[in-house]
Amino acid sequence: MKNKVSIIISIGVAFLLIVCYAFTLKPIKKSMENASLTLPSGFHASKIIETIGKARHIAVTKNGEVYIKLSRLVKGKGILLLTDDNKDGTYEVKSSFGDYKGTGIYLKGGYLYASSDNEVFRYKLDTQEHVIDPEHPEKVVVALLAGKQHETKSIVLDESNNIYVNIGVSSNSCQENDRGLHSPGMPGCPLLDSMGGIWKFKADELNQSYHNGERYATGLRNVVGLDWNHQNNTLFVMQHGRDNLHSAWPELYTDQQSAELPAECMYMVKKGDNAGWPYIYYDHLQHKKIVAPEYGGDGKKEGSKDFIDPVVAFPGHMAPNGLLFYTGNMFPDKYKNGAFVAFHGSWNRSPEPQEGYFVAFVPFKDGKPSGDWEPFAKGFAGVEEVMSPGQAQHRPCGLAQGPDGSIFVTDDVKGAVYKITYSK
Amino acid sequence: MKKIISIMLFIIGMGYHASAQTKSTNTSSTSFQSSLIRGKVIYTQYCMPCHQVDGSGVMNMNPPLIKTTYVLGNQTELINILLKGMKKGVVIDDEEYSNPMPAVNFLSDLQVADVLTYVRNSFGNKGSVITPAQVKLVRAKK
Repeated sequence: MKNKVSIIISIGVAFLLIVCYAFTLKPIKKSMENASLTLPSGFHASKIIETIGKARHIAVTKNGEVYIKLSRLVKGKGILLLTDDNKDGTYEVKSSFGDYKGTGIYLKGGYLYASSDNEVFRYKLDTQEHVIDPEHPEKVVVALLAGKQHETKSIVLDESNNIYVNIGVSSNSCQENDRGLHSPGMPGCPLLDSMGGIWKFKADELNQSYHNGERYATGLRNVVGLDWNHQNNTLFVMQHGRDNLHSAWPELYTDQQSAELPAECMYMVKKGDNAGWPYIYYDHLQHKKIVAPEYGGDGKKEGSKDFIDPVVAFPGHMAPNGLLFYTGNMFPDKYKNGAFVAFHGSWNRSPEPQEGYFVAFVPFKDGKPSGDWEPFAKGFAGVEEVMSPGQAQHRPCGLAQGPDGSIFVTDDVKGAVYKITYSK
Repeated sequence: MKKIISIMLFIIGMGYHASAQTKSTNTSSTSFQSSLIRGKVIYTQYCMPCHQVDGSGVMNMNPPLIKTTYVLGNQTELINILLKGMKKGVVIDDEEYSNPMPAVNFLSDLQVADVLTYVRNSFGNKGSVITPAQVKLVRAKK
């Protein structure tokens, strides 16, 4: 009897193995190409390194070395320098420094800038763009507020030695009871005094904070991806739009509407602009700024014309974490001066499938979008359909351009860094 | 080949038969099952947007509900998370989750009991039933 059972079990196991093998053979072969990403024709992708930690934003030196900011310390350090000394396309961790976690990192004018959730640091670089004294950075900005959500600080510099810092707001929609059912918005949302906008500081003055910084733009719930557009010399930001329209206001929004709304918006931001959070959100299906339900909205009532319009509106909740204006010469002409956007991927779309988990492209001409956005690099999640974000094997986060015109994409789930190149 | 398939079908059939038998013979399971059904409806409406369809939560933000001490440990504390919300971050398996959770104290004692019983017996969890009487007691204490 025992013998018979073990024969049945082994036959069963063998049968299952054959079935599994038959089903997996094809995808495995396919996935080896382009690091399992799907790209437009002529583009190639490879992973230059894996498992380095929660890799957020990224900066590439003129020699093609890579600085990565980690949102969780690895061996007590929050910044990595990656190099490819033997030029085989695979990078190694050359050094690590910075005893703080965070998201922002940027290279400009002989300095490396990096942010914790409360401060911005800078490190002087040598002629090889290596940090001279990794243990003693200067503090450019201090004592910024960081709540329990949207706490990361993204940074970018302009051409006049100013640094722009996102201060995300510690709330979803400024409700009295955050994310609560039918909870009204706080009158004159007091959080906007010190959060929910972009602050501007001098890049070369130390220990600045709210008192000597400028609230450059307000009404921006949380910005993670941002970049300076050198064609029209203007700041562009990607806002993470609000969540929970259905769960907080089930009578006004179906769960399908709540999955799609509001738009994830790209804004061109000038001094003094107000993008309208928490009073309005942008509805990309109606092409209108709609009053938020917390402030008397019903899903249809239009908001004030004083708030700026987005320059591009993407579907809801896809979490744009990286923005890069492409100035390289490697990619075909249509990509020149256009915007790449890394979508970290949604979590607030259930019961609908989650969306995002890809890098998109928007063509630009003279600092304005010149066509519709399109997916560029897909397949980071490694599964056909993501029902919950934990299923995604990789999530795109930071973007940077290499000296040869290639682009780099970070992943903060498995800690991979992708390099995307083009050849005819 | 035919033989292998029929053997495998037979094994699957045996398993199904066995589980069907335990269901029909256990009378107390009927109220347990209906609590799970009602609990799933509450979960889908109020919990799933953040904690996800499979209870796996969201990296850095919303904690998972899979085999954690918050879900399967102290029942009074668990009931209070629903009645009072959760404003502090939690650390589970070295990962921090920091989004605030609003109170759902507008749910009735039965609804709180049902959704907690559902969560404690879904996503790979196996926990005891939470009763409306327990919720009533915790709610009265404030």
